[in-house]
Amino acid sequence: MFLTMEHLNKTYPGGKVAVEDFNLEIEKGEFVCFIGTSGSGKTTTMRMINRMLSQTSGTIKLNGEDIGKMDPVKLRRQIGYVIQNIGLMPHMTIRDNITLVPKLLKWPQDKMNERAKEMIKLVELPEDYLDRYPSELSGGQQQRIGVVRALAANQDLVLMDEPFGALDPITREALQDLVKDLQERLGKTFVFVTHDMDEALKLATRIVVMDGGKIMQIDTPDGILRHPANEFVENLIGKERLIQARPSITTVGQVMLKNPIATTPGKSLTDALRLMHDKRVDSLLVTDEAGILKGMIGIEDVDYSFNSATSVDDIMKRDIFYVQSNSLIRDTVERILKRGFKNIPVVDDQHRLVGIVTRATLVDIVYDALWGDEEEDEETNNIHHENPNAAASAATKGGE
Amino acid sequence: MIAFLQTYGAQLILKTWQHLYISAISLALGVLVAVPLGILLTRVKKIANVVMAIASMLQTIPAMALLALMIPFFGIGAIPAIIALFIYSLLPILRNTYLGMEDVNPSLIDAAKGMGMTGWQSIIKVEVPMAAPVIMAGIRLSATYVIAWAALASYIGAGGLGDFIFNGLNLYRTDLILGGSIPVIILALIVDWLLGKLEAAVTPKTTNA
Repeated sequence: MFLTMEHLNKTYPGGKVAVEDFNLEIEKGEFVCFIGTSGSGKTTTMRMINRMLSQTSGTIKLNGEDIGKMDPVKLRRQIGYVIQNIGLMPHMTIRDNITLVPKLLKWPQDKMNERAKEMIKLVELPEDYLDRYPSELSGGQQQRIGVVRALAANQDLVLMDEPFGALDPITREALQDLVKDLQERLGKTFVFVTHDMDEALKLATRIVVMDGGKIMQIDTPDGILRHPANEFVENLIGKERLIQARPSITTVGQVMLKNPIATTPGKSLTDALRLMHDKRVDSLLVTDEAGILKGMIGIEDVDYSFNSATSVDDIMKRDIFYVQSNSLIRDTVERILKRGFKNIPVVDDQHRLVGIVTRATLVDIVYDALWGDEEEDEETNNIHHENPNAAASAATKGGE
Repeated sequence: MIAFLQTYGAQLILKTWQHLYISAISLALGVLVAVPLGILLTRVKKIANVVMAIASMLQTIPAMALLALMIPFFGIGAIPAIIALFIYSLLPILRNTYLGMEDVNPSLIDAAKGMGMTGWQSIIKVEVPMAAPVIMAGIRLSATYVIAWAALASYIGAGGLGDFIFNGLNLYRTDLILGGSIPVIILALIVDWLLGKLEAAVTPKTTNA
């Protein structure tokens, strides 16, 4: 484990508890966002990682080594640090700012020059900016330098404390893209403190939600959106974002109709036709005894081959389109719509038939995404609990 | 004027020299003590107020009284004068150093520490350069004070341009009074101008323009 934080507690003199029993393990290459309101302890926790603050109890291990036993100055030189107020040295050129840590580490001059050029290229600024002073750059450009300054000495871990909070939205977005790209390309590990949920959702591979010094939830952005652990997390995400996010995080399994009408290959066409008639549907899915999806028959196939074939097996279409129940609606809805299917069988990972997605289901999803606020509960209930037969038949009728 | 210079020219140069070196030594001692002390106070803020109060109190002792007080301890001559002037030079430098250091943007100090500077490196590379203009302003103020008050040092036998002024007062000789006070003024102006140049030189560049 790259970074391990165990039972961290921080109590300020006077008894104010800033952080309470914080436990987290971070793998190399992760982008972990600490999010919470002010006073949630997120910055305090981050600052304990480079010993800008010391914990009251608990241990932090970097590459298995207890940082409490390391020289804090040496520790900080191997951890990148970016703060909200940028913190570029106004009396140093951009070159000197970028190579500040390498200089502390006593790198040779030519290696530092080379690194400065490399770094400024990384953030897509012209090389002649190296001789400028910070005041001669815009706020966004300054923070770009702030970001690469934290990488210049090959730091593997970078701590960022609301680094883009003071920037305008467009600049902020550009810098978020930059940081995300650096993380993905260079494999650096980031611990990023923010109070902006959009930022956390965009950047993080994992989000740590904190409130009152305690961890509320640790999960991936999808996980947080899909299963907010409690009301606090829900509020932090915001109802609007939850609704907007639904199409992108909902799985097929969550919206499909369960108990689809199915038959088996051995059944006669007469039986199949009777089943269709009874259930008021125009097509049947075919599964074997174990529930494995085998194919599908439509009423037109039955009609066409009623005299020449005897069993379902003879006429069923074997090469049919299906989706996995755990795939995301976001990824499947377009395929479904484009191919113009009336309904698509849903299978689990063992290829067993578990449900069906109809065009009516898709209508519900789009409807929810656009208007699903106060009506959302009702709509969800309809999808899950409506009589599957009625729904299926309505869907197939409406399909064409 | 010319007659005055013919009569007192050599003496004037000697007294100006004495005046200058008494002032310079006092100021140099003041800088050597007050700047590090001011920096130190920003690290131990608890005693900062106490030290500032003591320095302010020393400043309120009338110059004549302070000079006179030196006699029982150090006798007469240049040394007690230098000690008294040194005490006077302390407060402006100390106060400006402390305030200048305190005024450095805390984000810069946080960034310096967070990137792995030692406390000493942070002071030398970041805080002192940023506080330099304010510290220099304090030194300039002290320099002006010290040069002016050095005239009083003649009273305890330290020499300097004060000798002309006191002689003039005793003998009712306006030319001697002026002959002593005008060079003091010129000296103060020149030193202030030179320190202004120094201030510009130690103020770190923050732009290429």
